[in-house]
Amino acid sequence: MAQISQKNAATAHLDQGDSRVRHDTGLSGALRGFIDRVSSGDLGMLPVVIGLVLISIAFSLLNPVFLAPANLVNVLFDAAAVGFIALGVVCVLLLGEIDLSIGSMSGLSSAIIGVLWINTGLPLAVAIAGSLAMGALVGVVYGILRNRFEMPSFVATLSGLLALLGLQLYILGPTGSINLPFTSPLVRFGQILIMPEWLSYLVAMLPGVLIVVGAVRTNAQRTAANLSSAGMSVAIAKAVVLTLGLVFAVYYLELSRGVPWMFGVFVLFVVLLDYALVRTQWGRSMFAVGGNAEAARRSGINVRRIRMSAFVVCSTFAALGGVFAAARLASASQQAGSGDVNLNAIAAAVIGGTSLFGGRGSAWSALLGVLVIMAISNGLTLLNLSSSLRYMITGAVLAIAVIVDSLARRSRASHGRA
Amino acid sequence: MEHATATHAPGELILRLRGVGKNFGAVTALKDIDLDVHAGEVVALVGDNGAGKSTLVKVLAGVHQPTTGTIEVQGKPVTLDTPGKALELGIATVFQDLALCENLDVVANLFLGHEICPWRMDEVQMEVRAWTLLQELAARIPSVREPIASLSGGQRQTVAIARSLLLEPQIIMLDEPTAALGVAQTAEVLNLIERVRARGHGVILISHNMEDVRAVADRIVVLRLGRNNGVYTAETSHQELVAAITGASENSVSRRAARKLEEVDQG
Ligand SMILES: Nc1ncnc2c1ncn2[C@@H]1O[C@H](COP(=O)(O)OP(=O)(O)OP(=O)(O)O)[C@@H](O)[C@H]1O
Ligand SMILES: [Mg+2]
Repeated sequence: MAQISQKNAATAHLDQGDSRVRHDTGLSGALRGFIDRVSSGDLGMLPVVIGLVLISIAFSLLNPVFLAPANLVNVLFDAAAVGFIALGVVCVLLLGEIDLSIGSMSGLSSAIIGVLWINTGLPLAVAIAGSLAMGALVGVVYGILRNRFEMPSFVATLSGLLALLGLQLYILGPTGSINLPFTSPLVRFGQILIMPEWLSYLVAMLPGVLIVVGAVRTNAQRTAANLSSAGMSVAIAKAVVLTLGLVFAVYYLELSRGVPWMFGVFVLFVVLLDYALVRTQWGRSMFAVGGNAEAARRSGINVRRIRMSAFVVCSTFAALGGVFAAARLASASQQAGSGDVNLNAIAAAVIGGTSLFGGRGSAWSALLGVLVIMAISNGLTLLNLSSSLRYMITGAVLAIAVIVDSLARRSRASHGRA
Repeated sequence: MEHATATHAPGELILRLRGVGKNFGAVTALKDIDLDVHAGEVVALVGDNGAGKSTLVKVLAGVHQPTTGTIEVQGKPVTLDTPGKALELGIATVFQDLALCENLDVVANLFLGHEICPWRMDEVQMEVRAWTLLQELAARIPSVREPIASLSGGQRQTVAIARSLLLEPQIIMLDEPTAALGVAQTAEVLNLIERVRARGHGVILISHNMEDVRAVADRIVVLRLGRNNGVYTAETSHQELVAAITGASENSVSRRAARKLEEVDQG
């Protein structure tokens, strides 16, 4: 390790001219940098990972069924719908905005599926397209309210909550509930379809391979450009840990039914959104607008278009979540999207580490956060607790997540980390 | 974004303002401002606090819309209705409040809105370009991968200046660029202003430091209470400039200078 850092100093990379900076290399360096970041309040995914472990231990002590593979497969089936909604919430939270109507939007979307597909007899694809289009339209309306009328998104989406709920009840009509046929592909997708075993293992190994290949490529590029490179040890360690973890998870789930297709599709969208946020100009602009909208505007970013895109993505994901929820429940009812759906989705995003104050977050927070939320709700159901208690506990968990967010923000401010 | 980087014949008029005014409600921040900037020229904009210098810069940067008046860039009348439009026309700005995103790192801030490969950002190429720009400014920045929030005031100012150079602008406006800078960095910025001028671009420099202004400015435009108050050169005497800025030959600055002189005589 010492040799590596000496070599770096000798070749004087473009980015290592300043002697005051400690240039961490290798595994121990990465660990030291990580501890530095965490202690300055840059917590990232750490709280949610710790939370997940604690929750799993607590619930499995109270009821061993919790950790049984069959139960975990169920958790994953349940997680996909709320997960999609949380994924959209991440987008609006990144801008420091909020969408409180996501629950109603998902409910309306299931209702549209029911009405167009079952009652009207249109093809399923058309029904899905219709509900997604409705989601996008609602997002456009919120965007206009925010951009043209400077209406705080809190208020705009709160009125949207009621309006969309009203529309959902209206189109469902007096019967109030439409059952979806169990043999249909949509319901099979929501209740039974499982990824083939070989595919699950393949997907589980993919991230590790991608990390190593990516690290080799960036290192080569950086060396060619006379920049310091991080070395392979960190990437390899990450890849090994991740691959072992994921392969074990797949093995464990395969003891029961396996990995639901529904969850697989959700993870695919998490990966896509993560790419969009981290690697594209759009994503960079999202973070910029969330951090300092006026600075973003002066850099030539079309702030209104970015805001509009965030609201559209959020509502469309909420609509997609509604389609998944309909598939899961095999029905489109007045209850769809009501109750704790709204809170669960927002809580998932925040618990996963996306800040309510804008400018910080990640698509992965939706995935991790929704696992926490679903684990809690599933664990409490296994304990035969009534939904009243479940609501209270989920509310408390959201409060704790927000407190962690605010404290971490204060700590970052005093450590100069924005 | 492509810019016409054709060098202009020195002296060619690249920016022309006529009768520009700006009201903020009841406040008239600017009234009947005329300003010319030629290629290869450094125009200093001086005036007291609240004289309207930053407002004028923001009008030219597309941040504020002028209430009256016309703006011509390279002979063509233009409406600068968004900051993006001004950047496209080759007008780059270092704002007094810097306008950086604290949550993003240095590279992200430098390239904000103009990332290399929008669909698959080329981080390596951007980082290399960032280091090159910063070295040109003799910047002392420990790491370009740290968020702006962790930088000192002067380091942030350097980042803001580097960002304005990124797009090879035709006109660069610097609103008190050296206010927070150290000795070496100030000298580098003044050098840089001369280099930009030598390349045939126009520079608008706002500063309260008359020494810096005299060192680089070809013309000194004085604003007072939102109006033009004369155009001077580096040869103009200090007294005369102060009088133009404050609006009278008898003022606190001249009185203080006189008192100093008396003390010296007595001592
Ligand atoms: N956004 C705004 N809304 C209302 N009034 C404003 C606004 N911006 C500037 N003003 C007013 O316009 C006038 C000129 O302000 P400006 O910032 O241009 O001064 P300045 O010459 O840059 O001063 P300084 O040397 O202190 O930077 C001031 O009276 C200020 O109160
Ligand atoms: Mg000013």
